[in-house]
Amino acid sequence: MAISMKSAFGKALVGVMGAGLIASVSTSALAAWEPDKQVEFVVPAGTGGGADQMARLMQGIIVKHNLMKQPLVVVNKSGGAGAEGFLSVKNSKGDPYKIIITLSNLFTTPLATGVPFNWKDMTPVAMLALDQFILWTNTEKGYKSAKDYIDAAKAAGPGKFKMGGTGSKQEDQIITVGLEKATGAKFSYIPYKGGGEVAVQLVGNHIDSTVNNPAEAVAQWRAGSLTAQCVFDDVRLPYKAKVTSTQSWNDIPTCKEAGIPTDYQMLRGIFMAPGVTPDQVAYFNEVFKKMMNTPEWKDYMEKGAFSQTHLTGKEFTDWLTKAEATHKQLMQEAGFLAK
Amino acid sequence: MQDNHNNEGGFVSNKTMEIVTALIILFFGAVVMWDSYRIGAGWGSDGPESGSFPFYIGLLIIISSVVTIFNAVRESDKDEFVGKGEFGMVMAVLIPAIIYVIAIDFIGIYVASAIFITVFMVWQGKFSILKSLMVAIPVNVFFFFMFEVWFKIPLPKAWLEAQFGY
Amino acid sequence: MEEINALFHGFAVALTLQNVMYMFLGTILGVLIGVLPGLGGANGVAILLPLTFSMNPVSAIIMLSCIYWGALFGGAITSILFNIPGEPWSVATTFDGFPMAQKGQPGEALTAAFTSSFVGAFIAVLMITFLAPMVAKFALQFGPAEFFAVQLLTFCSFVGMSKEPPFKTIASMMIGFALASVGMDSITGQLRLTFGSEELMRGFDFLIAVIGLFGLGEILLTMEEGLAFKGTEAKINAKVVLQTWAKLPAYWATYIRGALIGCWMGVTPGGATPASFMSYGIAKKFAKNPAGFGKGELEGVVAPETAAHAAGTSALLPMLTLGIPGSPTAAVLLGGLLIWGLQPGPLLFVEKADFVWGLIASMYLGNIAGLIVVLTTVPYFAAILKIPFSIIAPVILVICAIGAYTVNNAQFDVYLMIVFGVLGYVFKKLSYPLAPMVLALVLGKMAEGSFRQALLTSQGDVSVFWENGLCGSITALAIILLISPLLGKVWGMIKGNKAAA
Repeated sequence: MAISMKSAFGKALVGVMGAGLIASVSTSALAAWEPDKQVEFVVPAGTGGGADQMARLMQGIIVKHNLMKQPLVVVNKSGGAGAEGFLSVKNSKGDPYKIIITLSNLFTTPLATGVPFNWKDMTPVAMLALDQFILWTNTEKGYKSAKDYIDAAKAAGPGKFKMGGTGSKQEDQIITVGLEKATGAKFSYIPYKGGGEVAVQLVGNHIDSTVNNPAEAVAQWRAGSLTAQCVFDDVRLPYKAKVTSTQSWNDIPTCKEAGIPTDYQMLRGIFMAPGVTPDQVAYFNEVFKKMMNTPEWKDYMEKGAFSQTHLTGKEFTDWLTKAEATHKQLMQEAGFLAK
Repeated sequence: MQDNHNNEGGFVSNKTMEIVTALIILFFGAVVMWDSYRIGAGWGSDGPESGSFPFYIGLLIIISSVVTIFNAVRESDKDEFVGKGEFGMVMAVLIPAIIYVIAIDFIGIYVASAIFITVFMVWQGKFSILKSLMVAIPVNVFFFFMFEVWFKIPLPKAWLEAQFGY
Repeated sequence: MEEINALFHGFAVALTLQNVMYMFLGTILGVLIGVLPGLGGANGVAILLPLTFSMNPVSAIIMLSCIYWGALFGGAITSILFNIPGEPWSVATTFDGFPMAQKGQPGEALTAAFTSSFVGAFIAVLMITFLAPMVAKFALQFGPAEFFAVQLLTFCSFVGMSKEPPFKTIASMMIGFALASVGMDSITGQLRLTFGSEELMRGFDFLIAVIGLFGLGEILLTMEEGLAFKGTEAKINAKVVLQTWAKLPAYWATYIRGALIGCWMGVTPGGATPASFMSYGIAKKFAKNPAGFGKGELEGVVAPETAAHAAGTSALLPMLTLGIPGSPTAAVLLGGLLIWGLQPGPLLFVEKADFVWGLIASMYLGNIAGLIVVLTTVPYFAAILKIPFSIIAPVILVICAIGAYTVNNAQFDVYLMIVFGVLGYVFKKLSYPLAPMVLALVLGKMAEGSFRQALLTSQGDVSVFWENGLCGSITALAIILLISPLLGKVWGMIKGNKAAA
């Protein structure tokens, strides 16, 4: 009690001082809020997936570089395609000891299941990165280009070619639908549990293509079992270091270049509970900014060929508004909205 | 003991219990079927729909419980399911356990556990309060360190959260 | 034999004083994690993962994998002592381990469980050492139809010979399937049987059901007998280990079967839990005295533990060679590898030979360390049963509550655990078998998912389940196992008639 009284008093004092002082004094240095107990880091997905990996990496970096005084504890709440995690944050109004990492299910889960939550029910903190998607095929099949593959799929007839992906009515299936719209080909979409499993199913020729994230399929790409056909982005990936014996991430054409114009990126962002103060958001923003400057983070970004877009504040909310509208439109067209 | 009011009907026969249980299972099966039917239990163009499997599972539950009820009614199994004293003993664990679990929400898992262990030991084991506390407190302190400190798994602490600082 | 050379190089990498220390630390932590229900190997590794970033990758993975071995060993302890499975894969161990403990043989049961775990792991590590590339190719053959065939096989190997009334068995199994289907349908992304409840969206976790049905259910049953159960009076000393060891070689066939099932299920990846059930079921089918199963047969402890540990160990193989995790714990370790800058997959053996062979060598060493740790604790754990029930009962209940909570960090699950406890008590008294319900709860969602995935790939054509040789032969095997008790009965009747004549 004593501690919280003191800090409340301190804040009030700083507030008074701040009002009296000239604007040039950096208030953030004075008024900085800091957690006085451990912070829960909610992952709205199971252990071992992409979001979970990133959360645990962040936890590790923060520990290693001593970026937070209080521990950050990762908690998986994966029920109902992540709805459980989002609802737990939504329902902790004003609780600054809870942050959540997002994946595309921030948009897709409420639309597909009708579970009532929306990103506006939480406080956006920062976009850490965007995850990319690539069209992969099995090298044995010998498709020269994305166009080549799509033509083969069209020639085989609707539903004959199988597209594997993670989850149902989530990002992978949305991309598949986008691809179908752009090209006129029709796939049978097969939902699996995890990205790694999908990549291996492709190597085993149980499916014809996938839209795996770079990190999920890179091992098989480097071993020569999979071919990267095109990346679902407007611009090529920036990483020019050779990953396979002949190719770098940068050598993969965009799907637009390949003649099948489709693009999609997945948000890796951080949110807090509704009703937290700007001070509290600022604290976490500062922590993440420092974290993103560490070599470990940069290395992870390059290994997974992430798009390093860091947005906060209004830019971030603008991006979210736009992304939500896009998802709604895509899912409506695909008939994925909850009945 | 506490089970005085259960005296009259204290002797539940196996037959009654058999029928009651099967009826509950039957109801469960019906609920499963109903909700599955609602979301579609047919065979779509590419395999079964979401509700198909649960629908037939519900059907099998209903069939098997009907058979069980039929058997129970036919056979005259007069054995008692549970005697008065035995029922009392079971309730002597179950009721405190339920209170304990509800208390977790209000006073947190560590305090609730300590109280539960102490009360149970004193009441059922006839240990002295001191002895009981000497079990209850170290056990919970150990759990506290294990979960909160070493493994960093937050367990519910209710209003004590701020005091602990974890 | 280049593998041998590589392996010896691996031992050189792994055998530093520091690494051996991490090995023991890891197994001790792992056993602790394994003992507590709800806190599984995957959580344990995930929680400690961030702490290992500042260590070098070889030491870090040695410690983390040793936590995993420890958890595999430790899961059996509470199963045998209190009928509460510490880990999902030790559910089948309760079937005979707990009756053994009640008969006054907790020491034998624990020793058999630990030794079997070790043998299973050892065989799996041998396979990883010498057959890794081949096995990885085999794993690639498995698509949805094959997975479904494997799940069917697990099921068929287990059901069949129960003594309970058939319609109660069906009811129990179907309740398991129905509970498994609650939550999100993985194929269409639709919520089923949740009735708008947020708590139900998570579905019914197998572990919560098991903690309630077995753990709390058992306490209620024991209470009914009054507090007469004062703990076992058996003399327990270190000799019990040697005495049990003398009995174990007789079960060599069970070991081999268990290890083969485990390796197969770990690699493909079916998982340690189904492997343990399958191994138990098959051991019972082949046993000279199947009627003794469930009443405290040593073989009933050997079979599931061998398979579970073999599966848990071989689950690391697809992770290393293909980059797919064979178990949730392997999934977390995979994340760790990525974070340390290692790329699991076909090239890992070539590019990071030091690391891979160091890890494989540590699997041998870690399991030996684990066996030493757990065997020395046998007398202490067995002695727990001497504590009066009125102390043990509330402590077990507290452990059950914490276990139920930690599975999903949800208070609702603790209430659920109590409900399952009452259900377990009533079912046991009315002779509804619990094992089919538990098995259905484990396999239900997986089997339904694979079945529907397979039909999606074939566009609704069911011939996908027998059109290729691998899938067809597994399915055929499953059907043979299912009807084998019937055949046995018919055979027995023929023989009986002859004898009568």
